[in-house]
Formats: sequence, C-alpha cells, structure tokens
Amino acid sequence: MKRVVVTGIGAVTPVGNNANDFWENLLNGVNGIGPITRFDASEFKCKIAAEVKDFDPLTVLDKATARRTDLYTQYALAAASEAVADSGIEGKVAEEEFGVYFGSGVGGIQTLCDEQAALEKGGPRKVSPLFVPKMIINIAAGQIAIRFHAHGNTMSLSTACATGTSAVGEAYRAIKDGYLTAVICGGSEAAVNPLTIAGFINCTALTHAEDVNAASLPFDKRRSGFVLGEGSAALILEEYEHAVQRGAHIYAEVCGYGATCDAYHVTAPSPDAVYTAKAITDSLRGVEVSPDEIYINAHGTGTALNDTSETKAFKQAFGEEEAKKLTISSTKSMTGHMLGAAGAAEAIVAVKAVETGMIPPTINLLEPDEECDLNYTPNKAVQKDIQVALSTSLGFGGHNACIAFQKYEG
Amino acid sequence: MVFEKVKEILMEKTDKDESEITLETSFSDLGIDSLDIVEMSMDLEDAFGIELEVDEKLATVGDLVKKIEELKA
Repeated sequence: MKRVVVTGIGAVTPVGNNANDFWENLLNGVNGIGPITRFDASEFKCKIAAEVKDFDPLTVLDKATARRTDLYTQYALAAASEAVADSGIEGKVAEEEFGVYFGSGVGGIQTLCDEQAALEKGGPRKVSPLFVPKMIINIAAGQIAIRFHAHGNTMSLSTACATGTSAVGEAYRAIKDGYLTAVICGGSEAAVNPLTIAGFINCTALTHAEDVNAASLPFDKRRSGFVLGEGSAALILEEYEHAVQRGAHIYAEVCGYGATCDAYHVTAPSPDAVYTAKAITDSLRGVEVSPDEIYINAHGTGTALNDTSETKAFKQAFGEEEAKKLTISSTKSMTGHMLGAAGAAEAIVAVKAVETGMIPPTINLLEPDEECDLNYTPNKAVQKDIQVALSTSLGFGGHNACIAFQKYEG
Repeated sequence: MVFEKVKEILMEKTDKDESEITLETSFSDLGIDSLDIVEMSMDLEDAFGIELEVDEKLATVGDLVKKIEELKA
C-alpha cells in the first residue's frame, strides 16, 4: 500500500476564482449568494443562486478551446490548471502514470438546452457538431487530460452531489493500490440555468427565500432547502515518495475514504442514517484520533432532511457524547451547493483546515435546530489544533462518501 | 465574396489574422478540425442559401471556397 498526499489545489467558486481567495473568503464568512443574473428568474419561485463572478474563460483558454467547451468544462480547466501549477508536477511524472478523475453532476446542461432549441427552431441540420463533445459528462476529464498529457486512467464519476468526493476518494485508492502515481481529481458544475432551477424547485430541494442572508441555512431551524451554487475544484493527489523526492509542497496526507449507498430512495436520505455513518467510520479505519481533534466539513445542504439525518450519522459514527466534541461546519452556507463540484471544493476546505488549524464557519446560523445539537462553528471562524479533517458528501441516488485528511508533519 | 465570408468566419473561430488565411492555407494549419468545418458549413449554408455536405476531401480554404462557388452556380 502506498501513502497518498495532496500537493496541489485549484478552485473556481462563488466566493473566489482561485484556491487562496476561496479559502480566505470562507474564513472571513463571505457570502457568495446573490440574485440570479444568468437568466430572468422573475417567474421562478427561486430567484437566488451562488454564481461564480467575473470568470473570463479567455484568461485560461485560447479562443478556439473556449468556443468548443461548455462552461462546466471551462471551470474545470481553470481549476485543474491552477492545481497543476500549484503542485509543480507538470513534466515531473511519467505520462502513463498520470491520471484524471474528474466528475460532474449534470455536465454541459446549458449546451444541451441550447442545442435542443436549435433543433426545434431549425431542424436536425442546425444541431452543432460540437453538441455531443461539449455536453457529455466526461469531457471535462478528457479536456484536462489533453491539456496535461495525462495518459493514465482518465474517467468521470457521477454520484450527483457526492461526485467531487467520489472522484477524490477513487483517485486516492488508485494511487494507494499502485495503479497511478499522480491524479488530477475533482468536480465541476455550471447548472445555473432555467431548466435545472425549475427541476430542483419542483422536487422541493431549493429554498424559495429571497434574503441572501437567510437562504442557505445549514443546521438552522429556519432552513428550507439549498441554494444552487456552481464552479469547480481540483486537487493533485500524489504518491508520497514521489512527492518527497521531487521536493513538492505537501498540504496534507489522505488517510481514508468511505463510500456506501443508502439504497433507500432517489432523493431522500435514509432516516436511520446507518450507511452515512458507515462511510464516515470506514474513512477513519486504522486512524487513531479523538473527536476533539477532528474537523468535519459537513455536507450540510440546509434541506430539512439532510441536516438532521447527517447529524444522526455523526452521532452514530462517534457516539452520542463523543460527537459533541467534534468541530463541524458547512461552508455551503457561503458557497451554496456546487453539486458535482461541492465535494472537491469541500475537500480543499478540509485540506486547508488540517494544514492551518483554521476552521471556517457556518454563517447565518442564528436559530439552532433542537435536532441539530452539535458544534457547527456558528458565524465566526475558529482556530483549533486538529489532526484529521473529514469531508462528507451525500447525493441523490443514496450515495454517501467521506474523505479523510491527516495533518502532515514533514 | 465567398472567400471573404469564409475568411471572416475563420477569423471569428480562431485567433488568426486576416494575413494568415489564404486560399492555400490548410485547415489543419489553422487548428480547425472536421467538427469545426461542419459547424462552419452551417453558417455558410445560411449565408449563401445552399446545402453543403462536408467531406474529408476539404483540406484547404481554397477547396471549401471552390465547393461553395460550384454549389452557388
């Protein structure tokens, strides 16, 4: 078994278009939620989203590539390029041992909508030849591999809202088991469009709140659904000896991963939370750490069902009393729910938390729910000498994924 | 006139200058692949009121211009 470390990070998010701004803004409690600007949402019950701001694809892509890619792939290429540059790995790893595990929840859905409109308006001859290669859910991974000559296994996972965590977790396993030496892993999403918003409204997942500071309310009694976010996050996972030999900066060590399925309902989490708890327990197998040295970046979507069942899972995994010693927060209070990118963005939060000992808050948590009675780091960042940081992600389809990072002492 | 239109579309799709696009320029030199050529043909169909079937024999800008002129005739 090989050891696996994190040597690079990159992010395009509603609170910052690079990993450093993202992290600093989270610590400062910056709220990335605002009125929807991508389309006229006046007829929609939900009028707010956590959009990426001021993203210019031409700062990371040439004109031809920008034209041939959906926004979700552009975010992915930006985040991956930042992570690769940060790690300094380009040209330092054998191309056939360099992989890409990059997922998305819905892929190029705006492209799908545009081309459906072209079909209806002009008939089959008017559907762009670039439609399929722009829209498909694996093309972000494919474009990243092309850019960085990554000839190792390149694939896309799609586990809905758990996608980012699945990608990082499976990349960890691939390196641990010796199949790859380094992987660009993460997730991407660009789904702030009428079709997606309407679909999520009608499956009662989105809040209808219009006050941006009372909308994404994880673990708060007033919560009424999530706020749609978007963006991309990428991590470079690398085999430990390889990273040390080339003198790479090591942010943290990946120490475990758990993945299970509720096999219960398409959208609702299982009320007993048994398999969410098992994913958490599995991610800590063989790790000796006490709950007061653990930070958990919760899935914490701010839906009625998620936050109580996730709290129940924490109590099952650690014990009713021990769970009270955990330091937990949901950064979705600031980023909204970045869907397939969420797990990767939150993995970066876990990595930075364990590296720096700073814990970003759950903002706007003013009226705690009696059933959510753990320490969710309300409203202000705290400093805490943690040894392990977890990130949990739960997705439509019953997916539960948990990734664990350990402090790297050098 | 056909060449001017083709050149205009190519400049819009690539970062190339007008001086870099001649009748002899190959699509591969412009970084244009078969997907781009099909997409471009859709704009050209609208511009000239023709139906353009794209095939792999179209290697240069001049090949495309010649084909459109034949269809227009």
